[in-house]
Amino acid sequence: MEDIEHIEKEMKLIRADGRRLDGRKPDELRPVRIEAGILRRADGSAYIEWGGNKVLAAVYGPREAHPRHLQDPARALVQCRYNMAPFSVSDRKRPGPDRRSVEISKVISEAFSAVVFREQFPRTSVDIFIEVLQADAGTRCAGLTAASVALADAGVPMRDLVASCASGKIDGVVCLDLNKEEDNFGDADCPLAIVPRTGEIVLLQMDGHLTLDEFQKAMELSIGATHRLYEMQRDALRRRYSTTLEDILKESPPLPAPPAPEFEPPPPPPEDDFGPEGI
Amino acid sequence: MESSGSLRPIVIPGEAVGGPGLKPGPGTYSEGGQVFAAQLGIRNEHDGLVSVTPLNGRYIPQRGDAVIGEVVDLGPSHWLVDINSPYPAPLHATESPWRVEFGDTSRYLKVGDVIMGHVLSVDEIKRVQLTMQEREARRLNGGIVMEISPTKVPRVIGKQGSMISLITELTGCRIYVGQNGRIWLDGEDRDTAVAASAIRLIEERAQSYGLTEAVRELIERERRSTTGGRPA
Repeated sequence: MEDIEHIEKEMKLIRADGRRLDGRKPDELRPVRIEAGILRRADGSAYIEWGGNKVLAAVYGPREAHPRHLQDPARALVQCRYNMAPFSVSDRKRPGPDRRSVEISKVISEAFSAVVFREQFPRTSVDIFIEVLQADAGTRCAGLTAASVALADAGVPMRDLVASCASGKIDGVVCLDLNKEEDNFGDADCPLAIVPRTGEIVLLQMDGHLTLDEFQKAMELSIGATHRLYEMQRDALRRRYSTTLEDILKESPPLPAPPAPEFEPPPPPPEDDFGPEGI
Repeated sequence: MESSGSLRPIVIPGEAVGGPGLKPGPGTYSEGGQVFAAQLGIRNEHDGLVSVTPLNGRYIPQRGDAVIGEVVDLGPSHWLVDINSPYPAPLHATESPWRVEFGDTSRYLKVGDVIMGHVLSVDEIKRVQLTMQEREARRLNGGIVMEISPTKVPRVIGKQGSMISLITELTGCRIYVGQNGRIWLDGEDRDTAVAASAIRLIEERAQSYGLTEAVRELIERERRSTTGGRPA
């Protein structure tokens, strides 16, 4: 743990020119990149980089719900596990679920319960796994945004994608998408997730204090940002299905030599830009 | 038909796929007179019915579906069959083609055996029952089973079975396609390998036009190369 006693309590978060420490304007998002369908063994998956956040999301199902007593004879369960890797933060995090990640898992699964057509798959569960590889504030929004791309990639029927973004208050100024310093030393943080088509709110939390006017301003900023994120999510899904096809149109996979020892030709090396190791 | 290899545009959940006057079909839902996509897939419109053919997803059993399953458990009067869906599918002894004495199920089907059967019934909470009373139902001996995405099965079968009969004709394999995405192939090793690669091609290029020609080309090319220049 950092020595809390000696950390500056007051930190200047807004520069003289009105910009924030990382040079952003108050209503500016950090750079976001979303990639769909990157895990071969999951039914659906997505990876998001959002400023300093790096988050993987995987979706399995609908599949048989276990343990059996959790099954709902009328609808599917939407189960979520949000987990932070021990190396995702600067001081090693003790692995395993803690109070915070259990809470986040719960609110995220509730957010998705509102959009998934659960009645179509009674007695099953749709399992969402969110792994935070690197954290820089706003991981629940990043995880939710990625998980909704992964759900669509898995072919799970749903009303709409869910997009999520936080806003907060730093040095008395309402700002969009706080980063780690702003979150730690700011006055409030308020994550929000909406169903962009209808504007329905499926997740809303607040840490800190905002006046009604500040809260309304924060909501305005967040809602604007979720619509931008929504476009990025749709773009990631479109890209995933077009690039694959272009690759395939070039050449079909080679046939194994007869007598064939296996009938699944090895997949071509994934052409992603995450380096030779992939994910 | 457009030129070979071009793509059908995809729709994303929440995207509007039809206005008032259109009926929502599979893969869509309606709200306030508008029709929206519920799944990632290809939009189709036919006789005022809009539907979305999904690109991905699990197999959900429907009555009458032909399925290929693997026996995973035995009971005294039934077998439990894995049909690649979220729901377990029991096959009762009276629905088998044999006269099975109580407690004698293992004489006919053992764990690991593969069967071709049909979905007898699915109730509102998706309890599935299988039957092997149909003419084509049987235990599958030998051959190989491959798995594809269940959403691509209609493309592998083709219009009135055109695609699958093309593959059968060109490779000489015996092929059964289950609606659950499992395909059983039997024949000479090299023939099944060619047929398997043709099916993989269909799975990967399911959204493109001119697939039949591409498949014919692939099989003919593979057959020339595997027979070592000898005319087929």
